[in-house]
Amino acid sequence: MLNISKFKSLLAFIATSLIVLVAGPAGAKVEGDTIVLGSAISFTGKYSTNGIHASNGYNLAVKKINEAGGVTVGGKKYKLKIQYYDDESTPARTAQLLERLIKQDGVKYMLGPYSSATTKAAAPVTEKYKIPMVEAEGASRSLFSQGYQYMFAVLSTSEQYLASSIALAAELAEKNGRKPQDLKVAMVFENDPFSLDVRAGVADDVSKYGMKTVIDDKMPRDLSDISATLTKVKALKPDVLVVSGHSKGAATAARQIKEMKIQVPIIAITHCEAAKIIAKFGSATEGILCPTQWSETLSYSDSLFGKAKDYDTLFKKEYSGYKNVPYQSAQASAAVQVWKDAFERANSFDTDKLREALAATDLETFYGRIKFSPEGNNVAKPMVLRQIQNGKLNVVAPSKWASHPVVFPRKVSY
Amino acid sequence: MLDNIMVLVQAPLVPLQLLLDGIFIGAIFILIAYGLALVWGVMNVKNLAQGDFVIMGGYIAWVISNPKYMGAWAVHPILGLPVAMVFMFGFGWVIYFLIIKRVVYRDMFTSLLATFGLAIVIAQLLNQMFGPEVQVANSGYPTWTWGLLSVAAIKVVAFALTVILAAMVVIFMRYSRMGQAIRATAQDARAAKVMGIDTEHVYAFTYALNAAICGAAGVLISMIWVIQPFFGLPYSLRAFVVVTAAGLGNLPGIITYGLGLGVVEQFGGFILGAQFQQAIVVMVLVLVLIVRQIQQNRYRQAVV
Repeated sequence: MLNISKFKSLLAFIATSLIVLVAGPAGAKVEGDTIVLGSAISFTGKYSTNGIHASNGYNLAVKKINEAGGVTVGGKKYKLKIQYYDDESTPARTAQLLERLIKQDGVKYMLGPYSSATTKAAAPVTEKYKIPMVEAEGASRSLFSQGYQYMFAVLSTSEQYLASSIALAAELAEKNGRKPQDLKVAMVFENDPFSLDVRAGVADDVSKYGMKTVIDDKMPRDLSDISATLTKVKALKPDVLVVSGHSKGAATAARQIKEMKIQVPIIAITHCEAAKIIAKFGSATEGILCPTQWSETLSYSDSLFGKAKDYDTLFKKEYSGYKNVPYQSAQASAAVQVWKDAFERANSFDTDKLREALAATDLETFYGRIKFSPEGNNVAKPMVLRQIQNGKLNVVAPSKWASHPVVFPRKVSY
Repeated sequence: MLDNIMVLVQAPLVPLQLLLDGIFIGAIFILIAYGLALVWGVMNVKNLAQGDFVIMGGYIAWVISNPKYMGAWAVHPILGLPVAMVFMFGFGWVIYFLIIKRVVYRDMFTSLLATFGLAIVIAQLLNQMFGPEVQVANSGYPTWTWGLLSVAAIKVVAFALTVILAAMVVIFMRYSRMGQAIRATAQDARAAKVMGIDTEHVYAFTYALNAAICGAAGVLISMIWVIQPFFGLPYSLRAFVVVTAAGLGNLPGIITYGLGLGVVEQFGGFILGAQFQQAIVVMVLVLVLIVRQIQQNRYRQAVV
């Protein structure tokens, strides 16, 4: 039996919890002297490797910013903190968790998830609640054609991934007394949204230079065999071979290029680092070009992390087990720097003022310059191309940032 | 498309290359398809975890050749073949008594659902243990080239091993006591039981043998293509296509369709582009089924 006093205390309990529920979100965006950023990111599932790389990048930047005194808003110093949820690499879960971060936890400042697919699920939610999000890991071009107002991306978009290899091929052809129009290009792309974006960028550049496409194959997602396509490459002898198909595509291509002893002067493959093709196939990968968002040998720098090289050293010291710092981590750190800069310029916690400040960002970082287009993508930072030279990845293009000359034609002994 | 056909005509080594690659690919699919046909024919269980058994085999080869796991004991991945066969045989046996035993006598959908669930569990466990990265095992064998023609030694080795393995299974099925018992059970389980055959034991053995065959195929695949915890499904599907086209208990048919589909896939990929490689395989299946249907129409009788 419920007696009166118990009933009263129950009522009181319900009332207080209601108050907490109502008051909770309003006060949670800034707790005392701490600004809370939110992110639903992949700690488990198929994106977990890169999801963890990204969250390490977020955490390192937060730690470094807090150590350097934090963020100054209205003359007061604030610390940064990130509230995470695991989206299990499922876009539907990402969307749910963002709703939860915004409505239940009251977080008003978002950092992006990992991958284009999950970012695509996240953006409509942040847009709906007018919550600004700085994302660092969704590169798909289609993210920036939806007219999103509250999403900003620090990385270069997918169509730029391999376009630079076509520009490089044209440059090298002219240097060697050939016309770019005479070049033959072979394209092999996986049949998924990301790789087709990459393909669109390549196709644009190919037609810009008037090159001839001799192979334009799309490998199905579940196929790990491109030997028929490579047989065609042998027969048609293109001057450039470009491949994009995530880690699987890179590993398959590198393995079969080795097995079939493919001799093409320029070969460019995305995801060679993620697929660890140098460790897997050794000297047979010599001379392959790999696009990357960032490299520790670049000469970018800022006042927080110092040079790109310093970031590399710091990251390896902080997280053991990394031989190379993945660019996924570097761009995640840069996203946190963008938030700090926006808070300080807006001098406010108001989300609309912050959106204005983010849109006006023009920031030099160790990761590269960051300046957003009206669509929200970063237009100030180029993709860099690295070439595998003696088992190391050296930056060879664009020439402004190159640390080593490009080896052309590709020299390899199978 | 026409350009590609011209290439085939002008450079005779190119079609030869495609033919060889097709046969090498087909041979491995024959192994997986034969295992499937065995389980299907004997127990009437359609094993949707077929491809995941293959991937498990691949991971065994990868683990035993990886110094990270084996330290100084790391060996050549080809030695994964016996290891994977023994391990997968045991695994298949355990799975039979844990799961399959309970669904053998149920209708088709129960066994389909159970093995599909098993496939998901295996993939997720591999993902938890080894992570989602794409992995390869390296044989370190050379590639022989002759003009435009190039043949990777590992593919030849795999082909030879496949032939030996298939021959061993056939001889085993024909002459050993267990092989006879399996065939008897496939013909009529009740009659076999009456004759004193322990059909439960036969089922467990058949399922375990299938797992071992898949494991062996996986070891070869890890050295020829790439493996990843979630790559099992394409192998399951291909095995189903081969078995459906060839029919159950038809080993020559499985060999013909296995090799045939491998070759068709290569030529299709060359002429129409890689995007049609899988589509062509399925188109061939549809054609085969249509032809069968027309052939069998003649024999169709009304059941009164």
